[in-house]
Amino acid sequence: MVSTSTELIDPAAVVATVVDPEMPMLTLADLGVVRRVESEGDAVTVTITPTYSGCPALDEMRADLRAALAAAGYRRVEVRTVFSPAWSTDWITEDGRRKLAEAGVAPPGRAPQRPGAGPIPLTLDAPTAAGVRCPHCGAPGTEELSRFGPTACTELRRCPACREPFEHMKEI
Amino acid sequence: MNAAHEDNVYDGLADDHGDTHWAFGTGFEDGGAEITAPLPAGVDRADLAEYCLMLGDDALVYSQRLAEWVSNAPELEEEVALANTALDLLGQARVLLARSAHVEGAGRDEDQLAYWRTDAEFRNVALAELGNNGDFGKAIAQLLVFSSWRLALLHKLRGSADPVLAAVAVKGVKELTYHRDYAARWALRLGDGTDESHRRMSAALDWVWPRVAELFRTSDVERRLAAAGVAVDPAETQAEVDEVLDEVLRRATLSRPQRPPAGTIGGRSGRQGVHTEALGRVLAEMQSLARQHPEATW
Repeated sequence: MVSTSTELIDPAAVVATVVDPEMPMLTLADLGVVRRVESEGDAVTVTITPTYSGCPALDEMRADLRAALAAAGYRRVEVRTVFSPAWSTDWITEDGRRKLAEAGVAPPGRAPQRPGAGPIPLTLDAPTAAGVRCPHCGAPGTEELSRFGPTACTELRRCPACREPFEHMKEI
Repeated sequence: MNAAHEDNVYDGLADDHGDTHWAFGTGFEDGGAEITAPLPAGVDRADLAEYCLMLGDDALVYSQRLAEWVSNAPELEEEVALANTALDLLGQARVLLARSAHVEGAGRDEDQLAYWRTDAEFRNVALAELGNNGDFGKAIAQLLVFSSWRLALLHKLRGSADPVLAAVAVKGVKELTYHRDYAARWALRLGDGTDESHRRMSAALDWVWPRVAELFRTSDVERRLAAAGVAVDPAETQAEVDEVLDEVLRRATLSRPQRPPAGTIGGRSGRQGVHTEALGRVLAEMQSLARQHPEATW
């Protein structure tokens, strides 16, 4: 039985165990969607940010966070969503990138930096350069099959060396 | 505790999560902390609620049209792309409708705005409601114009004095950059493809073109809010959109259609609630379930 706050596990450590519902190889912290964990006694507030505006996993993330913190003895759990600043793949941790690659998902490169107020240029030709390496055999020069993949954050690519298709997390 | 998800995502449906069920419906109790942010100083409450509806309805209605391609697209990859695009826009719509409902302050929520308004209460442009009737060329022409325009609009909206509009804009710009590139590349493949694909892409542009002029027409609400630093005057996006479309058309060996703009009714069109008959059909499909089961959550 948990009765005082001193016996509770650090809520940040509890939050750190919760995985992403669509990419369970990553924790929410690896993904960079956990912005803040604040607690007082048995009350805890977790602030998260969605990856994409319509991310259908958001509700499940909230439920999983609540369940994990309730199981750890927190009686009052609030999960807040903030939209600003907008999530970027640059927030995925080094650990997260390694786990993605180990699971066969090519991690994202640096997100495009667009300083200034100028219009965003069109990209009419699919990038074919060595940018994305095959997560299976490490070969460069993989080709894009589709810019949209099975989840909002990924695209589909194929490796010309080992012929394997794979997912790549898009830089945003 | 999440081992079940690693084995099979469907196992997650059986987990006890209280009244939430993964992948079904809405019922989200938290639309985002920013939704309840105070109004920017000196901004008219009704104007801001209306402007959020305009941008929200564009995204909501068009996401319904895009979703019609699910299980109907020519290839699985295109189906996934169009569904993802629809999902991004639906996400933008939800935040904008929630903000509109909060600003309005009449006790409505995003679901009531989506499911219980009649067509004359919607504020989307006609481009968003056009049915492309299973013609992939038309779907690409519509998406090319819509995403080029909305990207230019949201890019300028990033500095809005309203924190919700600014947040939606910053996030939306990243999403729409992908949508526009997708549509532009398909316009290239079809326009610069076979004689038949060129002919059909050309016909699709002719079909969508009369709806372009409305995108740059400034309503009174937009004019007032643009002056207050909250909204973007859509007329100011025209030069950028023209430039983008011209570049795509040139590369795709297509020419700019010579089609006159669709007429208005006494100067009124989508922003004033005057719509084509197509909107009624979109709403009939979108709203029927919620209206048959008014109190249901799922």
